[in-house]
Amino acid sequence: MTVHITTEEVAHVAKLARLSFSSVEIEELTSQLAAVLAHAEDIENLDVSEVEMDSSSYPWSSVNVMRADEPRGSLERDEVLSQAPSVADGRFKVPPVLVGEPS
Amino acid sequence: MNLPHQNCPHQKLLSQKLSHQRTALQTAADIASGKMSARAVTEACLARIQAHENEINAFNVVMAQQAIAEADRIDVAVQKGKQMPLFAGIPIALKDNICLRGVPTSCSSKMLEGWCPPYDATVVQLLRQAGAVVIGKTNLDEFAMGSSTENSAFGPTRNPRNTTRVPGGSSGGSAAAVAARFAPLALGSDTGGSVRQPAALCGVVGLKPTYGTVSRYGLVAFASSLDQIGTMAANVADAAALYDVISGHDPMDSTSVERPLISASDRLDEGVDGLKVGVLTELCGDANGSANGISHDVSARVGEAVAALESAGAEVMSVSAPSVTLGLSAYYLIAPAEASSNLARYDGVRYGLRVERKNIEDMNIATRTAGFGPEVKRRIMLGTYALSAGYYDAFYNKALKARTLMSHDFAKVYKKVDMLICPTTPTTAFELGAKTSDPMLMYMNDVCTIPSNLTGHPAVSVPFKTGADGLPVGVQIMGPAFSEPVIFRAAAVIERAASNGSVISG
Repeated sequence: MTVHITTEEVAHVAKLARLSFSSVEIEELTSQLAAVLAHAEDIENLDVSEVEMDSSSYPWSSVNVMRADEPRGSLERDEVLSQAPSVADGRFKVPPVLVGEPS
Repeated sequence: MNLPHQNCPHQKLLSQKLSHQRTALQTAADIASGKMSARAVTEACLARIQAHENEINAFNVVMAQQAIAEADRIDVAVQKGKQMPLFAGIPIALKDNICLRGVPTSCSSKMLEGWCPPYDATVVQLLRQAGAVVIGKTNLDEFAMGSSTENSAFGPTRNPRNTTRVPGGSSGGSAAAVAARFAPLALGSDTGGSVRQPAALCGVVGLKPTYGTVSRYGLVAFASSLDQIGTMAANVADAAALYDVISGHDPMDSTSVERPLISASDRLDEGVDGLKVGVLTELCGDANGSANGISHDVSARVGEAVAALESAGAEVMSVSAPSVTLGLSAYYLIAPAEASSNLARYDGVRYGLRVERKNIEDMNIATRTAGFGPEVKRRIMLGTYALSAGYYDAFYNKALKARTLMSHDFAKVYKKVDMLICPTTPTTAFELGAKTSDPMLMYMNDVCTIPSNLTGHPAVSVPFKTGADGLPVGVQIMGPAFSEPVIFRAAAVIERAASNGSVISG
């Protein structure tokens, strides 16, 4: 099958990705994404019914990596906060998360 | 400042062929023995930067004062008779997506402009132990997404071999810095070819190591199943020794491999006698001609490099890995998918840019829309689409299976041969602006380099003579996991053959 990506879909994906585009940019992105997806037709049409996904494609067997549950140092708080856009009382400050009229 | 004319800068910048120069290892030995001062070496690099950086734009930050102070500390240690490490007093350029505490690390993005990391990357700690002197942070395609360094928010880098051409990317600043002799060593990062492709276009050596051999702690993430930090240098010996310095297990990176690694530089001069070299037909073409858009002059040089290996005693055969042609499609689904997830962290809360709005969601959207450039947005969109409901199975999952198929194909091939050879790039360096309006055309540059990222295998690009336009050609040698010592030996043979043959014109 060939994917026909639409401007509506691209606008929806932009919302998911927390990006905002003008209608001209949406048109342009739609044709650019369509070109990449058209090239990916070789993948789409690939018969992968025999391919197992149990092993990753890494050249060695991957296992979960754990470390001992011991306390250790962390980054300097003041140094970290000095790079933040907005801070208050030793914490990151953000605009309201819950919007709407207070009840 | 007396800048050379734009159309003939390479004559002034590259009066000597790089591989005929002394290695950084030799210079470090002279510094350690007191024959040369670290300060003089660093100052010579800073003088070249001063003279030519205006037209090359390799750096986002030049750390002149810190570098001189560090060089002075090295000289004091030498005077005190201390045992000096391998790269004592050698300047190194770091791609600007590798964290250096307190020094701006922008990833060439407005999103991180002015951000100073509160910690050092593991590779930075290892470089310091090896005595290297960080001289600056180099320009890149924004968040390492691109093949020409034209996607930098701070302007493109130009190729020191010919400033009308791109240096490649995304580690274009690092490659240009080595080619222009701003620093003898550099680090880049390679997700789909971002060390090897610019190394090829600028005529330097570039290694993408085996996945997991170099810690990514402190490397700003792009596509985590593909990203590796790689080495760049003017010659094979320095690139191999630098790999030995930065590789090894690191508990701070959970993908770091916990096994002893064999030195890549100890047996560099042992040659390729008796080794089996496979010429990869899908990326080299066959008797009927070239393949996958590889230009004829590049193909011809690769053929000559193969002949050099053969006359050095290697057994050469044609081999095929049919699924390698799926690499480009698989990569441009998997890498953007991972990028869309990794770059979700740029939300205007903890670091970098914030565009103030009345609620958090509007702030997130305004910040991301203002902070990311067009290529980064395009990849986030592509990745979000590939991972979204209804398309996940059709695209992302199938791409992962194609990746698995490819790994199986390469595993079969490496039962027959010790290494594979093909071009690093389809063409020599192209003109600035030539491919910026067509993303798919730009992505095609990565056709030869992507397979090693998808399989996690190592690959090295070594300069071998020039194309029809007089610009450098890179030959790529790929090997199975942990074969860095072997592929570097082959690279050394090709490097010697290149310097015995014709000299770079210009």
